[in-house]
Amino acid sequence: MSIILDKVNYIYSPDTAYQIQALRDINLEIKDGQFIGIIGHTGSGKSTLIQHLNGLMRATSGAIYFHGLDIYDEDFELRELRNRVGLVFQYPEHQLFETTIFDDVCFGPQNQGLTKEEAGLRAFEALRSVGLPEELYYQSPFDLSGGQKRRVAIAGVLAMKPEVLILDEPTAGLDPAGRDEILDLIARMHRERGMTVILVSHSMEDVAKYVDRIVVMNQGQVLYDGVPREVFRHYRELEKIGLAAPQVTYLMHELAAAGLKVDAEATTVEEARACLMEALTGVSSARRDIHRE
Amino acid sequence: MLRDITLGQYYPADSVIHKLDPRVKLFGTMLYIISLFCFRGIVALLAATVFLFAVIRLSKVPFRFMVKGLRTIMILMLITAVFNLFLTPGEELVSFWKLKITAEGLKNAIVMAVRLTYLILGTSVMTLTTTPNQLTDGLEKALAPLSKIGVPVHAIAMMMSIALRFIPILIEETDKIMKAQMARGADFETGNLIAKVKNMIPLLVPLFVSAFRRADDLAMAMEARCYHGGSGRTKMKPLRYQKRDGLAYLTVTAYLGVVLVCRWFLPWPM
Amino acid sequence: MDAWGRGTVICMSIIRARQLVHEYIRRDEEGNVESISTALDHVDLDVKQGDFIAILGHNGSGKSTLAKHINALLTPSEGTLYVDGMDTSAEENIFPVRQAAGMVFQNPDNQIIASVVEEDVGFGPENIGVPTEEIWRRVEESLAAVGMTKYRHHSPNKLSGGQKQRVAIAGVVAMQPKCIVLDEPTAMLDPNGRADVIRTAHELNREKGVTIILITHYMEEVVDADKVFVMDSGKVVMQGTPRQIFSQVGKLKEYRLDVPQVTILADLLRQSGINIPIGVLTRQELVEAVLRAAQIS
Repeated sequence: MSIILDKVNYIYSPDTAYQIQALRDINLEIKDGQFIGIIGHTGSGKSTLIQHLNGLMRATSGAIYFHGLDIYDEDFELRELRNRVGLVFQYPEHQLFETTIFDDVCFGPQNQGLTKEEAGLRAFEALRSVGLPEELYYQSPFDLSGGQKRRVAIAGVLAMKPEVLILDEPTAGLDPAGRDEILDLIARMHRERGMTVILVSHSMEDVAKYVDRIVVMNQGQVLYDGVPREVFRHYRELEKIGLAAPQVTYLMHELAAAGLKVDAEATTVEEARACLMEALTGVSSARRDIHRE
Repeated sequence: MLRDITLGQYYPADSVIHKLDPRVKLFGTMLYIISLFCFRGIVALLAATVFLFAVIRLSKVPFRFMVKGLRTIMILMLITAVFNLFLTPGEELVSFWKLKITAEGLKNAIVMAVRLTYLILGTSVMTLTTTPNQLTDGLEKALAPLSKIGVPVHAIAMMMSIALRFIPILIEETDKIMKAQMARGADFETGNLIAKVKNMIPLLVPLFVSAFRRADDLAMAMEARCYHGGSGRTKMKPLRYQKRDGLAYLTVTAYLGVVLVCRWFLPWPM
Repeated sequence: MDAWGRGTVICMSIIRARQLVHEYIRRDEEGNVESISTALDHVDLDVKQGDFIAILGHNGSGKSTLAKHINALLTPSEGTLYVDGMDTSAEENIFPVRQAAGMVFQNPDNQIIASVVEEDVGFGPENIGVPTEEIWRRVEESLAAVGMTKYRHHSPNKLSGGQKQRVAIAGVVAMQPKCIVLDEPTAMLDPNGRADVIRTAHELNREKGVTIILITHYMEEVVDADKVFVMDSGKVVMQGTPRQIFSQVGKLKEYRLDVPQVTILADLLRQSGINIPIGVLTRQELVEAVLRAAQIS
């Protein structure tokens, strides 16, 4: 059970002077229950890629399989795919339109053909899971703060109960606390519901902290694909394409180069602390493996 | 999808026509259009043809760009031609079933087709060689006398140029919102007219909200940069007539003169 | 000079706020006051000419309201604000204040007015009646200052976010301000664009002596500032050098802010008994501190 991309290509405005190949021979397998981070600078093709995963964009060539079924097959229901692969766009609060928050969250489930009661239940559940105070449910979404609006917008997709949740830079424009709240929320969805989560982000620090697999995109291609330590090992190459490893990775590499016996591949503050404590005090009890289910 | 729409299709090139003052191009195009609707006779047609193709040649815009503009009105042109062909009363040339083609009809059809083609070609010379900004500048300056009688010419020109800047942004935004709502299961295609209109609400509300927010932001940004209307404002690119602009006015007037002379003295064969 | 800025000493402050209050009053349809929210709550603040200042604060802490006051887009409900010696509440000072203190906003799209880069840069000078030849000179200089000369004939729509923000900065520079307020200029940019904008701001500060007031919630951008102010619920709650501010990790967290990763790591190590000095800001500093600690142990 997974999403498989087989040699997917996408070309914007083909056969014109403005032709741009946004995706080049993408081969990817997204397994159920993974927490994946997609990183890449602006224009690397990451937004184009995620819009292929729920069929909003159609590959110029190549195939995409959802649970073994070809999504470009004539009999395949694209609407059904969109029900099961939820996509939260950048600045999702810009899509709110209903008079009350509750009605807005109901929009998705109602489009799925659920009855009013069922959709309402879903909306309640979704709004509760994003931690919005109940007294706000029947207020206008336009009166909320930026962080709250974003949570409502995410609830709007969660209410559709997707198996896969894709978020395009869900923390853009939020302050540090707002950012942590949203990322914690997403991590909880992943942990508690076993949802497959794909997080598109610019922030290496965020990605390193949460995901268990990183896909690095560059010029429409997958440049690296692996666990964070593996990917950040290439920090010099990442820099060349305008990306960077987390700050601590640099620090640990510099310390290792200076002769300190440390694991140069720590990617989070917590890992770095454990490993530095070990190096400096010789006590390894501080070492805690970070489990990411 | 929507991003394929292009507006203000300016063709950058370094030509005399590009360099002309936009006012010349505006008034020149007006005079040219007048000439198209009052020409009679083959000599006038010849004059119009020579004038048009000389200008196109001078503009250095490839002819295929001009023709692009024609494609969209082809149908309109065909319909006009057909109506003219069959519905003009006069001396019968051919007839079949209930339809008959008259000599006058044939003549009208040809004249209409030529007029429309020349009209489109001529105006596209103007839009292809003038940036939207130059056009609004030209309009502002050309209409400046109207501000004396209370017409807010500066404000109108400013609105036009801001609209031109924001249309592509709003088109892109429409695309984005549409996709986001489709990801939530929205359907913009099926259903009858009423259903379709209703389905547009999830697109239109966010679009309006966004447009208002942008307008608000922009107004603030303009204020922050000391904008306070047209009074006391200087211009980075003021419009000043050059020698070539005078010559251009002279040429266009001379051309119109030729057409009028032909209309009165050489209306053959029309 | 006494604490209120009165006295005979010539004041070096370009920005001087005294007990500045701003209230947003919300009215219902009949015009009755529905609610009053205090966005600025008796703020005292001094900015020295030529400094690079950072203002930190979570969303809704009042920092954007403060920025709009400096540009006279808002005027004080109570208290006073002097910009370059001019009282912003005086009607006749509005345009001189806006000229002295330029402003760059968050959304790069919503502050570029013209459809060609160079024309946008010329917009401000046009508004204040600068003669044509002088506008051209300023446009050229400003575009060069932000490194965007190459794009002068481009449409803003074809630029990246970071490039658009630099055009916006050039548009302000062309008005030859003494001070530029950047209100979260990097919030909508990717890391490369962010770095470009911050670098440009530092260059303007260093090379042209322009006072910079950078409002942000990205901590990495603050490290090189001369002075940092932290705002929370309309008040200035902390001020000092970046080192002084970042040595108080716990307090910053309380204000919904965070600190650079190296500072957090240094703090964690110190808490675990490693001898690391307080207020580590850069990677270099932490590397040195850790190596020193390693030698001792």
